[in-house]
Amino acid sequence: MWSRLNFRHGVHPPELKELTAGIPIRRVPFADEVVLPLRQHTGKPARPVVRPGARVERGDTVAEADGYVSTPIHASAAGTVRDIGLWPHPDGSYALAIRIAVDRYSPQAARPRLVPDWTGLGPAELIEAIRQAGVVGLGGAAFPTHVKLSPPQDVTIDTILVNGCECEPYLTTDHRTMVEYPERVQLGIRIMMRCLGVSRAVVGIERNKPDAIETIRGTLPTDIDVTVEPLEVKYPQGAEKMLIESLLHREVPSGKLPMHVGVVVQNVASAATIAEVFDTGLPLIERIVTVTGRGIRRPANLIVPVGMKLRDLLDACGGVTEDAKEVVFGGPMMGLAQAHLDTPLVKGITGVVVLSGAEVKPQVSYPCIRCGHCLDACPVFLNPQLLGQLALKERWNEMEANHLVDCMLCGCCSYTCPSNIPLSQLFALAKSELRRRPAPI
Amino acid sequence: MEALSPTAILGSSLILGGVGLFFAALIAVTNRKFRVWEDPRIDAVAGLLPGANCGACGQPGCRAFAEQAVAGAMAPARCSVASPDVRAEIAEYLGVDVGQATQRVARLLCAGGTDVAPNRVEYHGLRTCKAAAAVSGGHKGCAWGCLGLGDCAVACTFDAIWMNEVGLPVVVPEKCTACGDCVRACPKDLFVVMPMEHKLLVQCKSLLEGEAAERLCRVACNGCGKCVVDAAPGVIEMKNGLAVIDYARNDLATPAATRRCPTGAIVWVEGAQPLSAAATRRFVPEVAA
Repeated sequence: MWSRLNFRHGVHPPELKELTAGIPIRRVPFADEVVLPLRQHTGKPARPVVRPGARVERGDTVAEADGYVSTPIHASAAGTVRDIGLWPHPDGSYALAIRIAVDRYSPQAARPRLVPDWTGLGPAELIEAIRQAGVVGLGGAAFPTHVKLSPPQDVTIDTILVNGCECEPYLTTDHRTMVEYPERVQLGIRIMMRCLGVSRAVVGIERNKPDAIETIRGTLPTDIDVTVEPLEVKYPQGAEKMLIESLLHREVPSGKLPMHVGVVVQNVASAATIAEVFDTGLPLIERIVTVTGRGIRRPANLIVPVGMKLRDLLDACGGVTEDAKEVVFGGPMMGLAQAHLDTPLVKGITGVVVLSGAEVKPQVSYPCIRCGHCLDACPVFLNPQLLGQLALKERWNEMEANHLVDCMLCGCCSYTCPSNIPLSQLFALAKSELRRRPAPI
Repeated sequence: MEALSPTAILGSSLILGGVGLFFAALIAVTNRKFRVWEDPRIDAVAGLLPGANCGACGQPGCRAFAEQAVAGAMAPARCSVASPDVRAEIAEYLGVDVGQATQRVARLLCAGGTDVAPNRVEYHGLRTCKAAAAVSGGHKGCAWGCLGLGDCAVACTFDAIWMNEVGLPVVVPEKCTACGDCVRACPKDLFVVMPMEHKLLVQCKSLLEGEAAERLCRVACNGCGKCVVDAAPGVIEMKNGLAVIDYARNDLATPAATRRCPTGAIVWVEGAQPLSAAATRRFVPEVAA
């Protein structure tokens, strides 16, 4: 029991991965239009460098990084820039986006490599190439990868953790990546190790993906120190800080980052993408997305061009069923419910879950009975019960004093609450209120 | 049980009495010695004020206002909650002029009720605008528009806001004290507090233009710019597809600017805001929702 790699607390939601776990990745046909929001990553939005009417080829830079924590954005299909204007963004707002009318019947031909070959490059050149290729973390938060790979001078990184947990229900993006592209994962790890000058890497995979564990183990190189560790199946095993606790038994202090305990965590999909970028010579213009749920006719794992509209993607999967009720970007625990079918898929979106009426039951919320289930579930040891009561009374400052900042909105408390109190929604609200509120007078 | 002796009773009474007298004397001396003189008029004025502590006057509360009023730094008319009679009474008591204060009122920068700006999705969750806005921006089709769950009506201490039949908060100017609670309550920042004489008003915050704006809301500002041409130079400016009024030139504003607005987004307000479809939509043809 104790030998098993695990973190404390967490929940066990139904996995529901069987819908797509066995379906091979395939490519989705190009739609008539792709929409590339300028804000697809954590940090400053990119700055457009094309004008309406401009001709772009697949892989051309359409927006350049505006600052250090920012990444360029590339055309994901050959075509003509139609417009640069406000467009629905996955976060629910309208944000500036570049719309490209895709060439009809275009072969979307291969072209000379835009990213240099990796073999002869040193760490600085590799990181620069990764930055130019617009690579961000593909696990959901879309943090620019080049920033993660360039830690400040005063921290020492000793281990790279490669996150293959995929603990969200439904999603099988990382699972399929590991099964079908193990050599890319392996090469991505190798490149990251060269960037960081680190000699040890650990791949963490939940035990519910035995085929992935086996495949990755089978392709491990012998010249570098990479191991695969099977992890307990528990949500949120794939959260950065939980993964570090499980694999290395190190705790990331409040307000600190993984690098402060000597660790860099990268998703397997990010590792595979780094390898793919250097392999094909094209920047990050497509990613693997799971389209699943009981509300979609043909669940699938697809290679999707960045910026494809939700409507086109659902059509490519046979459309939604009669009783489809809700579309969520990302997993059902932390994903973003979508209000527009025109919303484009941005780099950070791991999956599209179409929930049917039976899966989405409007629930009545009852008063808190102080059962303490949420305390047992919270992986960062907060008191969601107390925070929830404070949120209902709009006492935001007291929530801040009760360490709201450590809440990562994983949703364990909401999931486990027998009174159906929407705790993580309240915490998201409190976080946005605290950001919005002017400093007290 | 042993009976209490008369000496014990007398002794304890004397001791306690003595202690009491000593502290009474101490308090009396302290009261004389460390007395802080306060103008008795402050208490009197504070007693006359409504005691709402709303902060509309810019002071932290009614007593702070009373202090300022007694000091002559604030005219009694600056209390927007007190009735004219009460203001006159305070002025008479203090022997000062009532003073002039522009009546200010909260205005809603959205006229998109559910009849003209439909909700795009169903929202099940906490029935507050703030909570709804935290979930992908809320259920409204227009990302800038009023969510209609009435956080402002709850926040209003003076019962000056009621939710009308199309889910928009209507401010009653007579009751509004311009305290700004609704401004803080609205997650979409749709309320502004402005003087009553600012009558030209753009009841829209959507940054979309043309068709895109009108698809989401039939009374949206579509950025056509007709009002800019019709108004006196400099009164209205187009910024990011939205007509923005420069209230520094308010004396030049006339209802002429509203006449050619194709959606009725810009209005000339006398009293309460027109927040129903019948009042705002003028030239928009009826289209199937």
